[in-house]
Amino acid sequence: MLERLREIGQKILVFLRYAGGIWALFIETLLWTFRPPLKRKHILEQMHKVGVQSLPIVFLTSLFTGMVLALQSAYQMQRISATMYIASLVSLSMCRELGPVLTALVVAGRVGASITAELGAMKVTEQVDALETLATNPVKYLVVPKFVALFFMLPILTVYADFIGIVGGYMVGVGKLGISSSLYLRMTFDPLVLKDVFTGLIKSFAFAVIICVVACFQGLNTEGGAEGVGKSTTLSVVMSFIMIIAADCFFTALFYFAF
Amino acid sequence: MIEIINLCKSFNDHMVFDNLNLTINTGETMVIIGRSGVGKSVLLKHIIGIMKPDSGQIIIDGTDITKLAGKELDNFRVRFGMLFQGAALFDSLTIEENIGFNLIEHSNMPKGDIRNRVAECLGLVGLKGIEDLKPAELSGGMKKRVGLARAICMNPEIMLYDEPTTGVDPIMGDAINDLIKNLHDKLKVTSVAVTHDMVSAYKIASRIAMLYKGKIVAVSTPNEIKSTTNPIVKQFITGAAIGPITENEEGEGGVR
Ligand SMILES: Nc1ncnc2c1ncn2[C@@H]1O[C@H](COP(=O)(O)OP(=O)(O)OP(=O)(O)O)[C@@H](O)[C@H]1O
Ligand SMILES: [Mg+2]
Repeated sequence: MLERLREIGQKILVFLRYAGGIWALFIETLLWTFRPPLKRKHILEQMHKVGVQSLPIVFLTSLFTGMVLALQSAYQMQRISATMYIASLVSLSMCRELGPVLTALVVAGRVGASITAELGAMKVTEQVDALETLATNPVKYLVVPKFVALFFMLPILTVYADFIGIVGGYMVGVGKLGISSSLYLRMTFDPLVLKDVFTGLIKSFAFAVIICVVACFQGLNTEGGAEGVGKSTTLSVVMSFIMIIAADCFFTALFYFAF
Repeated sequence: MIEIINLCKSFNDHMVFDNLNLTINTGETMVIIGRSGVGKSVLLKHIIGIMKPDSGQIIIDGTDITKLAGKELDNFRVRFGMLFQGAALFDSLTIEENIGFNLIEHSNMPKGDIRNRVAECLGLVGLKGIEDLKPAELSGGMKKRVGLARAICMNPEIMLYDEPTTGVDPIMGDAINDLIKNLHDKLKVTSVAVTHDMVSAYKIASRIAMLYKGKIVAVSTPNEIKSTTNPIVKQFITGAAIGPITENEEGEGGVR
């Protein structure tokens, strides 16, 4: 019994240490972000890696999601002869929910994993130590550019995903289900108010912070050679997925009750 | 002057330093010898403040580096150069960006001047024309020398070398010994060098210190150490398989 309690206590301690570590890294990153000089070159490089290079995969996932959403709802709507509402359903779900979340998950898998692997490899080969001996703060040099890049690129990718998802729905709705183009477009944009896009964007800012801080924390705390890098990378993706979904749930509830 | 006073450090339950004391005078080259895994690299990391001790002080010219943090520590570190055991070059940067890292990040020196300084440092370690390669394209020994070039680029007052001649061919190894000697003789750089290579140790050392079981068990000049009566040091420098070091290990299941 006592053994069991001790085990649980230890698990809680490990969790608290983890959460505390992530929180501390977040605060440190914020402090360094607002302390000049910011290296333009590094940030632009990261923006390219994080944003531009994610365009194809975000394009594919949101296009297919938009199409599936339209088809799936057609299955129901056709019975009650309300197919024209498919357009609104697609645009609202994309902007409020699926755009931000799917983009964040895709970016966590693609970018988050690569950040952890890169920082983890640097940690185990003592490159992070070497940075410190060269009087350079690893958070300032390694984390801040990625943070700034993700913070601005993820919301942009999200708007892009919203748009492509709507295009996917349009292709199915107009091409396959025979809704007229003008009706589809009207039904897409009429119910869509600024708030819908806006709440989606607030989420994606939060997701950007989660992806970056979790990935960098895992990377900088890697131990144990190549095997350790593999473990950290897996853990980084798993943790950011969980935290993204949890944060999404929180924000959705918040917006539902607050506005 | 670097004074290490009652330094203690453990990793989990594994004690690496147990009240270690050592003084390194300004301008001398202190060579630290000891078996693999006794904590030589860890000692260097404590001196430059990348690792913090559990207790004890490391006083460098009157400042306790174990108490420094943030900006103060960074300002202090500008006076150091460190060569890592595994070179620790930044793989994402070119050789030039590696060696000139400090100049690029922390100074406004024009590009051309940086390039010249980098070429000069590369020349000192016997390399040239590799400025635009990436570390992955170099051999192990070349990486080590680039690491050395990076460490000396800012003309440090204190140099820490972790096995400078390991993985380098004997001829180049001797050239590196000469370089370390030169830095000592001409520029009066205070140096701490870790090595297994006794030939190199005799050549570069002002004094040699032996680290054993968490303590410095002997400090003496190269000539004195050759005629030492301390059985532990004697076994180490002659490389005998039988002696007090290996006996103790059997008794305790290894010092790790
Ligand atoms: N970050 C760390 N976490 C846990 N233990 C560590 C860490 N760094 C070093 N150690 C332990 O400290 C001890 C000393 O390591 P160190 O790298 O200083 O050895 P060394 O004397 O440099 O050996 P070598 O000559 O092989 O390089 C080792 O037993 C190692 O297991
Ligand atoms: Mg070592």
